[in-house]
Amino acid sequence: MRREGSPFTGLGAVFLKEYADHLGSARMRVLEWLVVLSGIGVVAVAIITLRETVTRDQFLFLNLFLYQREDSAVPSLLSLLSILIPLVAIGLGFDAVNSEFNRRTMSRILAQPIYRDALLLGKFLAGLCTLGTGLTALWLLVVGTGLLTMGVPPSGEEVARSLAFLLVAIAFAGVWLAIAMLFSVIFRSAATSALCALGLWLFLTLVWPILVPVLVPMVATPDPLAARFGLLSDSQVEWYLGLSRVSPASLFADASLAVLQPDPNMTRIPTLGMLGQLQGMVRGAALPLNQSLLLAWPQITALIAAVIVVFAITYVIFQRQEVRA
Amino acid sequence: MAEIVIEARGLRKDYGANAAVAGIDLDIHRGEIFGLLGPNGAGKTTTILMVLGLTESTGGTVSVLGHDPVRDPLAVKRRVGYLPDAVGFYDNLTARENLRYTLRLAGIARAEAERRIEEAMARVRLTEVIDKRVGTYSRGMRQRLGIAEIIAKRAEIAILDEPTSGLDPQATFELLDMIRDLKADGVAVLLSSHLLDRVQSICDRVALFSRGHIALQGTVKELGQQVLGAGHAAHVEADGADIEAKLRTLPGVQRLEREGRGWRITADRDVMADVAQAVVGGGGRLQRLAAAEPSLEKIYARYFEEHQDAA
Repeated sequence: MRREGSPFTGLGAVFLKEYADHLGSARMRVLEWLVVLSGIGVVAVAIITLRETVTRDQFLFLNLFLYQREDSAVPSLLSLLSILIPLVAIGLGFDAVNSEFNRRTMSRILAQPIYRDALLLGKFLAGLCTLGTGLTALWLLVVGTGLLTMGVPPSGEEVARSLAFLLVAIAFAGVWLAIAMLFSVIFRSAATSALCALGLWLFLTLVWPILVPVLVPMVATPDPLAARFGLLSDSQVEWYLGLSRVSPASLFADASLAVLQPDPNMTRIPTLGMLGQLQGMVRGAALPLNQSLLLAWPQITALIAAVIVVFAITYVIFQRQEVRA
Repeated sequence: MAEIVIEARGLRKDYGANAAVAGIDLDIHRGEIFGLLGPNGAGKTTTILMVLGLTESTGGTVSVLGHDPVRDPLAVKRRVGYLPDAVGFYDNLTARENLRYTLRLAGIARAEAERRIEEAMARVRLTEVIDKRVGTYSRGMRQRLGIAEIIAKRAEIAILDEPTSGLDPQATFELLDMIRDLKADGVAVLLSSHLLDRVQSICDRVALFSRGHIALQGTVKELGQQVLGAGHAAHVEADGADIEAKLRTLPGVQRLEREGRGWRITADRDVMADVAQAVVGGGGRLQRLAAAEPSLEKIYARYFEEHQDAA
């Protein structure tokens, strides 16, 4: 049976209300301060060290995002963000839908002339825009601090690359927001939903990287010749890559590194995931921007696809839910 | 008879093997207050949700203002206001902001919405607290805010699920008053309740639900006749000699029982005038004469006594 009327009726109203709620909420303020303070701290450390050890680097500015001293416990801004973004996204999304049931507003809102589509999509877009706003503010803060303290203006390419990184970060945030909203649809209790989302996040960031090397020999065919040299067989490498890419964090790390590092071989070892994509590259040569983007493209599309798939699952479950609470 | 605004035919909803609503027929007219009465779990809320298109029926048809709530839910919801059982609002927002959000969802232009909010809040006497956060509202105030939402939306049908549950008598009285006001505006009101005596006073017609079926439907008076078997009932109090005998011999009187300080007369026709004449003509003093409305509670209890197997 076809229903009549646009599924987007009321989308704007839901979006604006949720966006305003997010921006005004105490929760968001806490998360913002967390991100800004730790971001500034990390960047300050990077700047202080970078000023001492100024080398002729074509892409000095991008080091703000990547810089990490080998002997220091202070992480780079990139690795800090890969921890903080999921946290903030889960914080915004874990009670998106179930709180409407718990406040008993759901049936009243759905009795207004809107489809459930608008409610879910409006909430998701509002969360994504909130994250986007926060990340853009952080990005501006980092670039501004860099301008003020380093006295070197970024080149056009550096700005373009860091903007691309911003987009990757927003896509990564979208994945976790969608996951958090999925749990908020499945579980009526906000605490259960938050716990499950955080549990999944911890599993994928902490346990999964440990688990992958254990799993690979079980599923992949070993190559006796390669094993004699302590190397992985082709099939093992493929499984290794495939399994590690299940975690959005590894996709995010790969894509960001590809975008932020024009010369992937120079400053740091690329992750194993990138090795295959880097085959045939001339060592020591910086990649032009479009090639870097091409390099990161599979990871970026995978992140966006993950957002869409998780959102679609959420949508189907939400549509089938009974309204009465 | 006024235009039919809600029409259900053979409407049913099955949850697995259980039938929450097992094929009901309903006609609700413009400008009447219709009560869905029955114990909890009898299918009242499910019926309401199907009328609103918030739950899909598993059989039968329902038409609201000429629209199918499943196929064209937006058209239905645009013209129907709903006050759910234990209604919730966004506690961190003020009443004005809450209504502003719902009206924006309903697609009403900003300036018009502001005007309607003021007006509706005045109607439910919440003007003083319009800019207070709803978190500070009492339960009765929330229910009134829900009514204000329906008024502001200019709904043609108001569906109220257990509007008086959990309210103190004063708040109940005020709320029932506001429901009567809705009716005066020409709004069709469909309300559900398990508190029979409270709604009896305001309902034009009622349907008694039992296990997903409508056991009885009609005006309270009709139900009384059907179940209690009495055509007309009156309560009379009078002083004088031999009143009881005189009343008993009046034509049409079927039964005469002592009730309080007077008698309860059951007759097959309206005997009020005859009673008055008989008392006064016999030299007695008529102190009280009133038509005794059959109480819904009595009807309900009697019905289920007689249909033990159904309840």
